[in-house]
Amino acid sequence: MIWLSWRQFRTQALVAACVLVVLAVVLLISGLSLAHLYATSGLPGCRSRNDCPVKLMDFTAQLGGAYRAVFELTLALTYVAPALMGAFWGAPLVAREFETGTFRLAWTQSVSRNRWLLVKTGLTGLAAILVAGLMSLMLSWWFSPVLKAAQFAPSRGSLSINRLDPLLFGVNGIAPVGYAAFAFALGLTAGVLIRRVIPAMAVTLAGFAFAELAWLNWVRPHLIAPVRTNSPLDASTIQGLTIGNGNLMTIIPGSKPNAWILSDQAVTSAGHPFSAPATHACLDGSMQACGASLGPLHIRQLLVYQPASRYWPLQSYETAIFLVVAIALGFLCLARISRRRLA
Amino acid sequence: MTVVLETRGLGKRYRRRWALSDCTLAIPAGHVVGLVGPNGAGKTTLLNLAVGLLAPTEGSVEILGGTPASSASQLAKVGFVAQDTPTYAGLTVADHLKLGAHMNPGWDAEVAEARISRLGLDPAQKAGKLSGGQRAQLALTLAIAKRPEVLVLDEPIASLDPLARREFLQTLMEVTAEQELSVVMSSHLVSDLERICDYLIVLVASRVRVSGDVDTLLASHYQLTGPRRDPESLPADWDVISASHTDRQTTLLVRSESPIAEPGMTVDRIGLEDLVLAYMSQATKPARTARHAVEAQR
Repeated sequence: MIWLSWRQFRTQALVAACVLVVLAVVLLISGLSLAHLYATSGLPGCRSRNDCPVKLMDFTAQLGGAYRAVFELTLALTYVAPALMGAFWGAPLVAREFETGTFRLAWTQSVSRNRWLLVKTGLTGLAAILVAGLMSLMLSWWFSPVLKAAQFAPSRGSLSINRLDPLLFGVNGIAPVGYAAFAFALGLTAGVLIRRVIPAMAVTLAGFAFAELAWLNWVRPHLIAPVRTNSPLDASTIQGLTIGNGNLMTIIPGSKPNAWILSDQAVTSAGHPFSAPATHACLDGSMQACGASLGPLHIRQLLVYQPASRYWPLQSYETAIFLVVAIALGFLCLARISRRRLA
Repeated sequence: MTVVLETRGLGKRYRRRWALSDCTLAIPAGHVVGLVGPNGAGKTTLLNLAVGLLAPTEGSVEILGGTPASSASQLAKVGFVAQDTPTYAGLTVADHLKLGAHMNPGWDAEVAEARISRLGLDPAQKAGKLSGGQRAQLALTLAIAKRPEVLVLDEPIASLDPLARREFLQTLMEVTAEQELSVVMSSHLVSDLERICDYLIVLVASRVRVSGDVDTLLASHYQLTGPRRDPESLPADWDVISASHTDRQTTLLVRSESPIAEPGMTVDRIGLEDLVLAYMSQATKPARTARHAVEAQR
């Protein structure tokens, strides 16, 4: 059974291996050079010399061009890989057997249907997980100098990046493993239920995209109850203010912790979003006068965020949930195939 | 008499349509059994139920005394060649043999390879590039080399050209001669079954119309031709399977265990094909068919 699973999977495995090797070579070359850039940037040890902001600016200035291209390409690939593996590996796994009628051949050999499905999904599913895990590892390694550099960023600085950033979170750590398992199981289930390859692939792609977006927007922010702070704002803690149509004044709060900011609002002391006619001082006075005129307005900053320290708890919960859903889908397929005995 | 396949009140429903209903039959071991019936009689459904690819909606089915496909050892005892003989298009002939070897503990590699070389199949050829006849032979080889106790064939030759059909049946005959093996084979082509089967089951609309040893069946049916007779005037103890009347002539198919002599009528033996057709055309006479179904099970 293992032989057949491998024989049917080896072409796809070869394609995946080639993509991984090419990616590894690109990331290795680019990553070594990036690590060198960081090591020679003067950032390590900048605190004692007190020149961190300057060195950081120099460092970030060089992150464009090839580095940016490599990063964006790998990022996109790591996001798309689970969906592709779900659609091209998971969906046809059983659907193709139905479509070509070969399930009648496979299920009448001396191997129980449960074992047939377990071995096939085990092999292909683990391969999908492995591919996603490797991609995450490679990207994490490549990206690590940038994260190290970000430690030297001031709280209001230019490179306030961290691993909780929604874009980075999904391609770092163990989360991609969960996505891959889920996408694969989703493809498998679509194939078992729909029994046609192309529709099952389409459903897998659409379903996975929807699940990811829904998760990112509605679930992950609340996986652990976010921290809420409500603190007074004054001239020294705001980043800026804008005066728009009708002389309405909007405050841009400053002072952000190293965190994934879910919401950042200037509010009145009653808790409503702050919006008021501009003070005279701000319309035509000096910066200082404008700042001073804000005091009596009692503006507060309402901040909702996930602190950076929650990176691993969030990663673990997210991955665990995706894995559990994947396993549940797997059992559904198993029950469907062994009990219903489709023809 | 040991039984390879036994069903009791077996039925299978797809959504609202019954593909097979209340089918009761017993197929004895050690025969090459032909399962004949018109399209839609439920032959494919019956055989898929027999090998466990389908689960019954009602009733029970047992193959070699066990629930179909209930375990690996149960699966090992049954060889199956499905309708249209599916194979993996992307795998080579040699790959299919490897597949068989890896998935069947009782695999007989010698038989498989000998058969492939005798058929002149190129082991490196992809199954998708084989002709229909070659593919059927490959599927049959897979089913034979797992050394089953019973071989179930679902219309394996229906889509083959006459030459490929003949070759396939030739292979099948060789196998049944070489191995201790029961065969159950469905077809709607009686002429093909006549060459190979020694036991016949006629299935029409889920019901067994007649079943029995081919020789016995042929010996116990008579065709009578003579001047037109009033159906009422026929002897009451005759089991008339079919009767057709023209203005001047009456033709009867009568089943009888003892020889028949009737003054004024010619008594002829009947061929298997005519016999099968006569039973198949009974479909519109439920009263009679019910009686024959009961008889057939005895």
